[in-house]
Amino acid sequence: MPANPSTESSSQLTLCHVTKRFHGRAGLVTALEDINLQVKEGEFLVLVGPSGCGKSTLLSLLAGLEQVDEGSIKLDGADVVEPGRDRLVMFQQDALFPWLDALANVLFGLRLKPGLNDAERAEAARYYLDLVGLADKEKAHPHELSGGMRQRVALARSLAPNPRVLLMDEPFSALDALTRDQLYGDLQKIFTQRKKTIVLVTHNIREAVCLGDRVVLLSPNPGRIRQVFNIDLPRPRRINDPALATLAADITTALSAHLAEPKEGLV
Amino acid sequence: MKYPRALVPALIAVLVVGFWEWFVRSGRVDDVLVPAPTQIAAWFWSALCDGSLASATWVTMRRLTLGFVMGAAIGIPVGALCARSRLARDTIGVLSLGLQTLPSVCWVPVAIIAFGQNEAAVLFVVVMGTVWAVVIAVQESVLSVQPLYLRAAMTMGSRGWHLWTHVIFPAALPGIISGLKQGWAFAWRSLMAAEIFVVILSGFGLGSLLHAGRELLRMDQVVGVMLVVVGVGLLADLVFFSPVERWLRRSRGLER
Repeated sequence: MPANPSTESSSQLTLCHVTKRFHGRAGLVTALEDINLQVKEGEFLVLVGPSGCGKSTLLSLLAGLEQVDEGSIKLDGADVVEPGRDRLVMFQQDALFPWLDALANVLFGLRLKPGLNDAERAEAARYYLDLVGLADKEKAHPHELSGGMRQRVALARSLAPNPRVLLMDEPFSALDALTRDQLYGDLQKIFTQRKKTIVLVTHNIREAVCLGDRVVLLSPNPGRIRQVFNIDLPRPRRINDPALATLAADITTALSAHLAEPKEGLV
Repeated sequence: MKYPRALVPALIAVLVVGFWEWFVRSGRVDDVLVPAPTQIAAWFWSALCDGSLASATWVTMRRLTLGFVMGAAIGIPVGALCARSRLARDTIGVLSLGLQTLPSVCWVPVAIIAFGQNEAAVLFVVVMGTVWAVVIAVQESVLSVQPLYLRAAMTMGSRGWHLWTHVIFPAALPGIISGLKQGWAFAWRSLMAAEIFVVILSGFGLGSLLHAGRELLRMDQVVGVMLVVVGVGLLADLVFFSPVERWLRRSRGLER
């Protein structure tokens, strides 16, 4: 086993009064305002909200790809100031390197991880490719794989260096419904097996309820946390489960209420 | 009926050459001005037999390769620098864009004054002809690398030199290769200009052979050398650039 679960001590991702602004065409835009959030070790947290609510920005901040303007983000007590192996990101789509085959893509992050020899790295890469069900595709280049398979490779690539937190930026949005359902199953299986802390961003509320332990609802202009829902449904959850659908409907209602509240003119 | 794709073009070529031969032989034009294909072939054969063609081609190829390699060796890092730094882009980048449009013959007087009638002058003209196109191509292809690749690589811990060698250059490689191909074509043209204008004793290249043909009023030699120049250019593309480009496109799924 390349990754030893016992080495994963109690991590906590803490966001304290996080505010982020951008210079837009209409002047200074507040993308996120006063975000306070704590993510527990081994928790699956989902950020949902309509487009423009700053959820992807929040993920970029967690990844260290952008910096907060006010407040702080801490992982295990240390400030997040730059991208790092402890917080790997799985992107929307096609962030795989087209010049590398599947195995080499998974190896990319592993090769940058110190303290391993080549045999251990190859073993880890094969283990994770196998975990996402693509053991037989290691020599395939991204263009030879379907959209779903590409995202599986991307998942393996972000899991392989064994990050403290896995950040997922709408990873299923470009996939067809059937492939998506399959991946929901796979991701839940991996999550229960590996007990990884995951923060996932989506605009699909059903997806959020299907995957998350907690669903954080954000609303736009400026991006704020509106409500937090605890999802206590047993795993594995199926996207077509009626209880899940009811919960998703509740959240949708809450979202519409929040959107109708201050000003109109949104989707 | 199935027949090879090359059959029709080959037939057309035979017809054109045949007509040309007949036209010259029928006495409608002076064969001093328009040599017949057989006359050109005869020159070609004699130049091949006395070794002058082979040695001229060798001299030319040596200069071309040296100049091209130097041009690329300068152009690639400078192009990368221009992509990396806005200041470099606004200075060297803009200068390169301007100098790229300058016909390379214009470098010949500079080269002769600066270096005299020698190898260095020829090399200088070739490098000047190559380097700007390479700088521009490298700059543009590095700038158009998908930001998503960089973000993904950075989250995995890639920085600095590793980011350049493992992400930026591989991602920009198709653009860099087509830039090099363009640089090669420019180098070839510059070299011909240099060899025609710089009279040097250290080596007799294809351009000098062309020039000698003019002085001797040997149209068969002039046309013959031109055909060799075209042939060498085509060959370089066929044996080097095209296979590399095809391999790149195929391995990235841009072509089946």
